[in-house]
Parts: sequence; structure tokens; C-alpha cells
Amino acid sequence: MREILAALLTGFLFGLGLCIAGMTDPAVIQGFLDIAGQWNPTLLFVMAGGVTVTFIGYRLVFPRGRPLFAAKFTLPTASEIDWPLLSGAGIFGIGWGLAGYCPGPAVVSLASGRGAVVLFVLSMLVGMMSVRWMRTQRSATMPPEPA
Amino acid sequence: MHPYVLGLIGGAVIGMSAVLLMTFSGRIAGISGIIGNLLPPKPADDRAWRAAFLLGLILAPLCLATFTGNNRIGAPTVGPAVLIGAGLLVGIGTTLGGGCTSGHGVCGVSRLSLRSIAATVTFVAMGMVTVFLVRHVV
Repeated sequence: MREILAALLTGFLFGLGLCIAGMTDPAVIQGFLDIAGQWNPTLLFVMAGGVTVTFIGYRLVFPRGRPLFAAKFTLPTASEIDWPLLSGAGIFGIGWGLAGYCPGPAVVSLASGRGAVVLFVLSMLVGMMSVRWMRTQRSATMPPEPA
Repeated sequence: MHPYVLGLIGGAVIGMSAVLLMTFSGRIAGISGIIGNLLPPKPADDRAWRAAFLLGLILAPLCLATFTGNNRIGAPTVGPAVLIGAGLLVGIGTTLGGGCTSGHGVCGVSRLSLRSIAATVTFVAMGMVTVFLVRHVV
């Protein structure tokens, strides 16, 4: 229960940060990506604020050894820069540039009730499920990947 | 307030959220992963906190609008066909690449993960190439 409340609170904070930062306006995102046009550096300030706080915060949290409401920290174990990582990031970048939405701001923007945002999020879910489905097909013949 | 200042403040709030989620639950605040593991096939067992996080995300602008009269959500800049195509690409890409702007861009970069730094450089570069092609070439 505590873990669920913590997630609700942190999700709320995350959404609030995205809104305050202007990240829920696709024009601001595309303005940042448009280096040959009227460049809008706002996203750079958001990344600077986010990474600074997280960098310092993580360094205070990890030495505690374990989280408050869970048995252990759940961190990614992969370390290799491989083809799925780079091709995936590249494909994501194309979609991000086309629409000006990444997953967080898209979910937050559902609150506007716009059908167009619902359309984007549903397509995103279909894209996610298709890769997950392909992975299950492949893992039937190959050794399982680490979670 | 100037948009850059709001960006810095909003970014800091996002960072606080990421640090608190790690402090409480030991989890990376990566939105694509939080969503993806709710989906079939084989959704994760720990669905409750994931759903709660997403609910929090959606409640934020509603709360903001109640107190300030402005939810700060902008209108889509492209039509439905592009939104569908872009949504598919974002879903496929973030699942294949194991993260998005939050998980790789904020949390991973803060952990100095080489994978996340490589992913972030890649998606920003491809985003810039895409916008350049769409706005200045086609």
C-alpha cells in the first residue's frame, strides 16, 4: 500500500514538473529539435534541472543500501551498447520529432481530453505491445533475456 | 516567469520525483517502462504501483488547472495520421531501446549509464534530423 501511495505521489510530482516546464506543449519540444529554425532551448534547461537534482539525489539514496518500502533497488543490469538500444532510440527519436510527444508528456496530456492525444497514446501502446509480442516469439526459441 | 526559468524549476521537480521514487520504492522513473510492463503479453506482476504512477501523471495538470486556471497542456501540432504513425514509432522505439526521455534521459544519464547516454544522444539527434527534414526539406 505504501508503495502504491508513493507511486501516486511521485507520478503526480513528475506530471507537475512536466507541466511547469512546458514539456506538455509539443510545439516547445519540436522547437528544441528545430535547430535550423527558431530554436527553443527550454528542454535543455529542463534536462539540466532534472539531471542535477537526480544526480545529487541518487548519490544520497544509493548509499542507504535499500529503499524504504521495498526489499532492494531495481536497477537495469544491461551494460552493453547494442543494436536494439541504438535502433530503438533512433526510431523513438523519429516519432518524437514527428509529433513532439514522448511517453510522459503524452500521458499527462490525456488530461486535456483531446481525441488526438488519445489517438497518439493508443498507437504508442500498440507499438509497445508489438515489440513485447515479438520478444515472446523469439524467446520461445532463444534463451530468455534478463528482465 | 521566463520559460527557461520555468523549465529549470519543472526539471528540478521531475528530478525530485525520480529521487523520491528511488528512495521509496527503489525504482527508475522511466515512463515507457512503467507503461510497457502493464501491457500484454506477459504484463509484470507489480501492476498496482505502475497504474498509480500513471494516475498521478494525469491528475497533475487537472490539479494545476484547479489552482492556476491553466493546465499548461499545448495543442497537437500535427494531424491524426502523423500522430498515429509517430505514436507507433515512439512505442516501438522506446520498448526496443529500453527507455525514453525520462528513464534514459534523466535517470540513466544521472546514473552515468553509458547505455542511457548513448540512447539520449541518439534520440535527440534523430529527433533533430526528423524535424529538419519535415520543416526545412520536404
